[in-house]
Amino acid sequence: MATILSLKDAVARNIHDGDSIAFEGFTHLIPHAAAHEVIRQGRKDLTVMRMTPDIIYDQLIGMGCVKKMIFAFAGNPGVGLLRRLRDSVENGWPHRIELEEHSHAAMANAYEAGAAGLPCAVFRGYRGVDLPKVNANIKTLTCPFTGEELAAVPSLRPDVAVIHALKADRKGNVFLEGITGVQKEAVLAAKRSIVTVEDIVDDLGPVSSNATVLPRWTVTAVAKVPGGAHPSYAQGYYPRDNAFYIAWDAISADRDRFQAWMRDNVLNAGPDVFAERVSSRNSAHLEPTA
Amino acid sequence: MSDFTPSEMMTIAAARALSNDDVCFVGIGAPSAACNLARLTHAPDITLIYESGTIGTAPDVLPLSIGDGELCDTALTTVSVPEMFRYWLQGGRITVGFLGGAQIDRFGNLNTTVVGDYNTPKVRLPGGGGAPEIAISSDEVFITMKQSLRGFVDKLDFVTSFGHGAGPDDRANAGITTKGPTRLITDLAVWRPDPATREFTVTSLHPGVSRRDIEDTVGWTPKFADSVEETPAPTSEELTVLRDIHARTRAAHTGT
Repeated sequence: MATILSLKDAVARNIHDGDSIAFEGFTHLIPHAAAHEVIRQGRKDLTVMRMTPDIIYDQLIGMGCVKKMIFAFAGNPGVGLLRRLRDSVENGWPHRIELEEHSHAAMANAYEAGAAGLPCAVFRGYRGVDLPKVNANIKTLTCPFTGEELAAVPSLRPDVAVIHALKADRKGNVFLEGITGVQKEAVLAAKRSIVTVEDIVDDLGPVSSNATVLPRWTVTAVAKVPGGAHPSYAQGYYPRDNAFYIAWDAISADRDRFQAWMRDNVLNAGPDVFAERVSSRNSAHLEPTA
Repeated sequence: MSDFTPSEMMTIAAARALSNDDVCFVGIGAPSAACNLARLTHAPDITLIYESGTIGTAPDVLPLSIGDGELCDTALTTVSVPEMFRYWLQGGRITVGFLGGAQIDRFGNLNTTVVGDYNTPKVRLPGGGGAPEIAISSDEVFITMKQSLRGFVDKLDFVTSFGHGAGPDDRANAGITTKGPTRLITDLAVWRPDPATREFTVTSLHPGVSRRDIEDTVGWTPKFADSVEETPAPTSEELTVLRDIHARTRAAHTGT
């Protein structure tokens, strides 16, 4: 049953050294503030999974929090490669992380299988390619009805799913819409979950009956962190800060500059800085100007 | 309007390959520019799908990522990512998958995983993302990338997405029933697979490009079709629409 907590307490109670964690959000609603809190609390030896590791995983890896990463596409979308990830994989700085690499289809299916309580996901994939040669968790099975050979991967069932959503009500029911990615699946697949939200309201209001709502009994902790997805975005609240994604390339290119940025903006900061970061970017309908 | 860059010619030639009836799974970067140029010129009703779940999207500026809010705001509908891969891609509803890559070989196999050895890579590239299954589940695949010796290689360091393997039977032998890469559109030429060998063969050279230019930018001895055409130069409309969308995109992404 969801408990409404500060982000600091939500992380302290639910994320421990050595846990497996899915920080999900497909471009939209990426839980940056929560990842920063994990870094600030100095968590270590994490197995992190994410379909599209981008800046937060570059930060977690560069700060030495990660032991292993399960992923499908690791890049700064539209900008380039992840420089802290590369430094770890190519040069062992700060240490070499272990990689378990999949395709998007595999991970999407694996989260869905996790949510469905299945041990593995079955799909038509990986034909003709090299990933099965370097990832022992990619296997095949034969359809008992047609004889078609299909790809199989273990379901993803993390200790903790961490997502950012648009809002929650005071009981902890969580609402999100727009590009919803694999967040619902990740939360339902996980043992525990932390959801940061833009706002906590009395009533979720008139939402579509098909909107994505996570009932409070599927969520462990809810924390209000306005702007908590920045530089990712929250549909209807603030747009994606593409300029920051572009700027990250230079910040992360140099170890010293990276560490200075993390010290100033993460280690010596708190979740409250996120509201300031998006305050000038709020969508017009939140602050009527006319 | 006769002045255009090779990059503009590439995007325009790639856009022309798409039709109004296509349902296109769009990769980010060069494919995204080409697909949206097609939509804004000769193919207004083309369905563009990005793997973030947006179906029938019509962005005013090119997205920096595959999940920019612009894509969702302008989409007919947005579905979850598992649904996108299961029902829409694996379900066989995509006519064209549009891919780019870091490395390509003469059979249209792509590498976006590593340069060098997998475990001790010289360059750790992003990985496959959606591409491995886009390459086998779309009816056909178009590839667009700039020619260079670094990118057009005799042998891939890693096969991220399957093209034609090493010849005509390899897709079928791998259990793949779709056509695979049918066009390769570069900054210098349009290539199509040879009907017998499936090796990509130059069928059209862009204006001002010589066979020597092709030979100097690929890591194998390229084949040319018996009759090589000249790609029609960009029209004034194509260039204007392309430059406008790039200008809007630059302004939007830098926050100016």
